[in-house]
Amino acid sequence: MRETLSLIFMFIGGLFNLFGCIGLVRLPDVYNRLQASTKCVTLGTCLTLFGIIISGPINASLKSLLCIIFILITAPTAAHALSRASIKSGVKLWEKSVINKLEEDKK
Amino acid sequence: MKKGILIILLYIAWIFLTWPFGKEIDWQILIAGLFISILSGFIFGEGFTESPHKFFGIKRYFWAIAYIPVLIFWCIVANLDVAYRVLHPNLPIRPGIVKVKTKLKSKSGLTALANSITLTPGTMSVEVDPEGYIYVHWIYVKTDDIEKATEIIVKRFEKILERIFE
Amino acid sequence: MITLLFVFLLVCSFMCLYRISRGPTPADRVVGIDILGIIVVNFCAIVTFWRNVDFYMNIALSWALLSFIGTLAVSKFLEGKGFDE
Repeated sequence: MRETLSLIFMFIGGLFNLFGCIGLVRLPDVYNRLQASTKCVTLGTCLTLFGIIISGPINASLKSLLCIIFILITAPTAAHALSRASIKSGVKLWEKSVINKLEEDKK
Repeated sequence: MKKGILIILLYIAWIFLTWPFGKEIDWQILIAGLFISILSGFIFGEGFTESPHKFFGIKRYFWAIAYIPVLIFWCIVANLDVAYRVLHPNLPIRPGIVKVKTKLKSKSGLTALANSITLTPGTMSVEVDPEGYIYVHWIYVKTDDIEKATEIIVKRFEKILERIFE
Repeated sequence: MITLLFVFLLVCSFMCLYRISRGPTPADRVVGIDILGIIVVNFCAIVTFWRNVDFYMNIALSWALLSFIGTLAVSKFLEGKGFDE
């Protein structure tokens, strides 16, 4: 019973990972890719590790709780650092973007 | 004071990593962990936090626990939103960078707000101005006014985060 | 069922490799490497569940830490500043 429940959680997590990576391939520029992939892969990894918490060796479940907290803190921070770096290094937005407040304020 | 708090946090993390469940307690591991956490606490304690007295407010921990379901709810909404936009054959996106303002002042509060914005529907924080402005990349821009964007993006987290971090 | 999960993760890894090889700017490649690092954590978690042993979680934790630090270092390098700040 518990194994079935954790397999269901892992399946949903894998599905979200797949959506994030499809976004990584399909979307047009760095910022959109970063958004889609960071959100979906973070939730997918947390669901997979939650499956370990439900049924697994008890040492592994404590470590995966620690890993969930760690990933929830670090993945958005890495995304923020990367987007700021690509702004500073001069990567342009997609040509169909509607507004860019940052560039207007820099002038 | 800063060093003491850091040493206690590091020792809790060490116990989480090495606790031998189902066997006898191994005292060597616990004592080695104590030495290592005291050493690294004395080395890195200076740059740890700005205001150590905030760790003793008990109410903050209850607000932090109440913040978890809110974050999980908006995170799941964000993922369904991204899945819809990615799987749609026409890619319904309209990206742009807008500017929002916030009332939070402390560094840890701003960090938590920026991370929450990154995990919620359609938005990602790009740059943080120390005067209280955050530049946000929005995947489907609904408005370019500062007040309205603040109303939509920031308001749903700011009240709870103010009680946790200020 | 476990085979299906592995197939999902392998497809994800190949999409990341496509983005790493084709990305028009350096930032695109770094995004691909970052996502690939988190996918490896998923692999370790599923092997833990499959084999019912616990030491793969150690690999997962340290891989997540090292991938985060590597991404931060490369983004500081792209920003064109020094490593302290």
